[in-house]
Amino acid sequence: MIRIACPFCGERDHSEFTYGGDASVVYPPLDAPAEDWAEAVFLRENIRGMQAETWHHVSGCRLWLIVERDTMTHEIRSVRPAHPGIARALGINVEEEA
Amino acid sequence: MSARRLIQGGRIDREKSLRFRWDDRVLSGHPGDSLASALLANNQWVLGRSFKYHRPRGIMSAGVEESGAIVTVGKGDRRVVNTKATMQELHDGMEASGQNAWPSVRQDLGAINGLFSRFFSAGFYYKTFMGIPPFEWGRGTGMWMWYEKFIRRAAGMGNASREPDPDHYDHVHGFCDVLVVGSGIAGMSAALAAAEAGLEVVLVEQDWEPGGDLLGQYGAEAERRRQGMVQDLQTAGVRLMLRTTAFGLYDNGVAGLLERVTDHLKDPHRDLPRQRFHVLRARQTILATGAIERGIAFGNNDRPGVMTADSAGLYLNRYGVLAGEQVVVATNNDSAYNVALDLAGAGAEVSVLDARARIPGRLSELAADADVNLRNNCTVMKANGANGIRSVNVAIRSGGTRSGGTRSGGAWKAGSRQDCDLVLVSGGWSPVVNLMSHRGVRPTWNADIACFLVPEPHEGIRMAGAAAGCWTVNDCAQSGLSAGRAAARALGREVTIVDAPAPGGWESPIRPLYEVRIDGWKLKSLVDPQHDVTSDDVRLAHREGFVSVEHLKRYTTLGMATDGGKVGNVIGLALMAEALGRDIPEVGTTTFRPPYTPVSIGALRGRSVDTHFRPLRRTPLHDWNLAHGATMTMAGLWHRPWYFARDGETISEAYVRETETTRRAVGLCDVTSLGKIAVQGPDATEFLNRVYTNPFAKLPIGKARYGIMLRDDGIVMDDGTTWRLGETEYFMTTTTAHAAKVMAWLEELLQTRWPDLRVHVTSVSEQWSGCAVAGPKSREVLAACVADGAILDNDRFPFMGVIETELKGGIPCRIARISFSGELAYEAYVPSDYGPAMMDLLWAAAAEHDGCLYGLEALGAMRIEKGHVTGAELDGRVTLEDAGLGRMGSENKSYIGSALRKRPELLREDRPRLVGILPRDRSQKFNAGSILCHPDAVSGLGEGWITGVTHSPSNGHWIGIGFISGGHEAWDGKTAIAADPVRRGNVEVEIVSPHMYDPDGEKMHG
Repeated sequence: MIRIACPFCGERDHSEFTYGGDASVVYPPLDAPAEDWAEAVFLRENIRGMQAETWHHVSGCRLWLIVERDTMTHEIRSVRPAHPGIARALGINVEEEA
Repeated sequence: MSARRLIQGGRIDREKSLRFRWDDRVLSGHPGDSLASALLANNQWVLGRSFKYHRPRGIMSAGVEESGAIVTVGKGDRRVVNTKATMQELHDGMEASGQNAWPSVRQDLGAINGLFSRFFSAGFYYKTFMGIPPFEWGRGTGMWMWYEKFIRRAAGMGNASREPDPDHYDHVHGFCDVLVVGSGIAGMSAALAAAEAGLEVVLVEQDWEPGGDLLGQYGAEAERRRQGMVQDLQTAGVRLMLRTTAFGLYDNGVAGLLERVTDHLKDPHRDLPRQRFHVLRARQTILATGAIERGIAFGNNDRPGVMTADSAGLYLNRYGVLAGEQVVVATNNDSAYNVALDLAGAGAEVSVLDARARIPGRLSELAADADVNLRNNCTVMKANGANGIRSVNVAIRSGGTRSGGTRSGGAWKAGSRQDCDLVLVSGGWSPVVNLMSHRGVRPTWNADIACFLVPEPHEGIRMAGAAAGCWTVNDCAQSGLSAGRAAARALGREVTIVDAPAPGGWESPIRPLYEVRIDGWKLKSLVDPQHDVTSDDVRLAHREGFVSVEHLKRYTTLGMATDGGKVGNVIGLALMAEALGRDIPEVGTTTFRPPYTPVSIGALRGRSVDTHFRPLRRTPLHDWNLAHGATMTMAGLWHRPWYFARDGETISEAYVRETETTRRAVGLCDVTSLGKIAVQGPDATEFLNRVYTNPFAKLPIGKARYGIMLRDDGIVMDDGTTWRLGETEYFMTTTTAHAAKVMAWLEELLQTRWPDLRVHVTSVSEQWSGCAVAGPKSREVLAACVADGAILDNDRFPFMGVIETELKGGIPCRIARISFSGELAYEAYVPSDYGPAMMDLLWAAAAEHDGCLYGLEALGAMRIEKGHVTGAELDGRVTLEDAGLGRMGSENKSYIGSALRKRPELLREDRPRLVGILPRDRSQKFNAGSILCHPDAVSGLGEGWITGVTHSPSNGHWIGIGFISGGHEAWDGKTAIAADPVRRGNVEVEIVSPHMYDPDGEKMHG
């Protein structure tokens, strides 16, 4: 059981969350060509080590979070709201964290 | 064989007797007994038959590693198989029996397998029954499948009850600062040290008494020490959990614990759970899990009457049972001497065969004083006796050092025979590093004390005591103190760090001995007795090319029995290392995985059973629906009305009537379960315009629009109507099935991709009760219920119009003129608590027009007639074009999925497209789930499939909806086959447009 420190709710079991996906993906503009979208949607790095990923605190505050997790050890380095405005409201300095 | 209860000694309550049944006999024991100690006290030796060869088996240990006394306990629906008698507390009236034998463990016909044992070597069944003539020359695996069930029946692990489990189980969630596993002297010291630093400590102990090794030590001093420490623990506020096994360690300090609550009780209170499954989140963990004594592989080392030396000491000192009168102790280390002395003190005639050349002087003197016969450079080569021990053949070291001998034990020659009735073995100790292994830590081999250790802390987990290789009581105490202090320091407490003692502590070093082999002797030496893996099997595996220990394990099944390799792993590794000409560290060890000891499925499931298997969702109209004759059905998690039968109607009669009534007059249907999302904010319009495939930018206030949203990859995610309530406010509806998914998706988009959009989404599914009012008379019905009926005029309230108004009595209400049924229809929503009041109003008005209530079955019938898609069609593989909704994809804007829905493969004309399906012979029926095939090729994946069928009242025959390659245009005038091979067979069908009722929509626009 991974424990995730939700910046709004505190540390919680991962069963309260759902996994989103690779947080490093930058989705192209909606009018970008299909090739760009195919790359963003289908091509993923299979990272061994620290990976930024999105998690949804679906049974909690419903924040989407960016979690840095080691895929080998499940060690979690950082957790922050994906939305920069929410992060600021919670007193988390997004520029520094990122 | 002469085990007996001594007249004094032990921790049992001799004042009370417990009667229990063992097979066909009634025996007695005392409170404080384990089932194993009680059986031993009654001189019962053959307790089971082995897995493969049906060799007789008896008690081999006194703990969780037991591989002989594996029995069935309980009766009827409470029969539990593969119980380790050593871990089962005795209670009055217990019923237990041996397993894997017929007619009984004492006379077992299956023992004939033993005569053919040389054929039953590693991989025997696979080699014999798979792929080798004459059994299945060229026949694939079919014959194996046929033989397998007989083979499995012969390989016995007991017969589980086939009745439902009558017990219940609880799940418990908890937290602590420090979890300590094991209440031996190290564990108690560690728990005390942490608690005294002000930490919240949980100490778990799998036994029913705390104390660990202290329970098996002779004398009053050990007991005084034990009681003192237990007292200190209580004073310090340590939470001590007995009968609780830490079966697994997981990420981030999470431990899985299994607490056995009632397994030791004769008549447990019925409100008690049988077991509790704890998920404990600890900030630091200390594993004081002890060590398990290893055996030595010699001939017939699995005979009843061969057991670990330490266990004989425990049976003597804890249970007051002397396991034999004439005892041979085979050892290669110091630890067995205490047992030998205790047994001699209890009156047994004891011989110690020490494999070492030199024996520490102090031990020699003690042995001499106690009349223990001591021989160095000797060990046991073979045990003699069929169902017990009569004698052993002694092996004498030849050559002396490793040269000329085997790495696994040196060179031996046969010695004389020595009479005895009990053989105790100590081949060294294996610290229980299993839980550390669960965390992916590979233990390292310590050659000095011949065992695997995990010296470094990992993820806040530390080993202590014998689990850290400390062999003396004082070292264990210090090791525990050291670990407890270190954990406290790691949690920021100001404590003085204490050095951990170095591993070891014997006066004279262990001399590794894993197997006794002598040229010219064929010995049956068991490495893993529970799975009948012999030393020859390990060598055979090596000869057949297995090099990795992980492969060795799987091929021979070494370590894969219910003890999980606690007994045989190290010996197996040593033999493999020898065969490879390497040392143990180079060969490595296999990974231990959870659970440490078996966990019942019931404990895993907890209360998630029957109606609690998953949540049940009811609409606010639930009671109202039931009061009006609804038969309910499950729709996802929801309980929804299925049909409203009148006067003995069947479901088929009811839904056909409901459909006809709705199409002719009016029907009411609870649609509360639809997902409802409030979309609010200055950028709400822009947001919806990006999410939906069709334009939303110019939706006027007071209008609704049907919308479809795609996933990023261009596949349809969901559909529904969205109502514009104001400049910055929308009311979105989703399908029942996808409500949660759509909500999470919108949140993801707003929080991760488009944080600049000023939009907030709120799930309001539970805030509104909804009712569909459908049919030609729906306007009249609704008009009779709203405060001002005139607002429903067609001009003021056209198709897709939205109004916010009040029902009579001042009930706030929002209504949209939308239709799923294809009739003139409305959906009305009121705040949840007003739902029944709304239904009372509507139902009274509908009755005026000879209306009806309708359920999911009629809803489905009408939507199939109209060709409307639901979750059955939108299954995650369907594009807009596939669903016949290509015109919904705007060409004038970009939206989620717009790029990837144009991938060439998704635009192929021959993709399966939504169609209507009619039986060619109109009197015939067909089933949802049928495969649609070309008449010339009724096989394989076919050309399409049927997602829904109904008897169509409008058409007067069965119709269906589904997908077929190329859509109905490609099948115009052709016949397809609806193939349903395991149910109805083949039905000839026509493929038509999915819009099988009022295709131009005149009725709903009227």
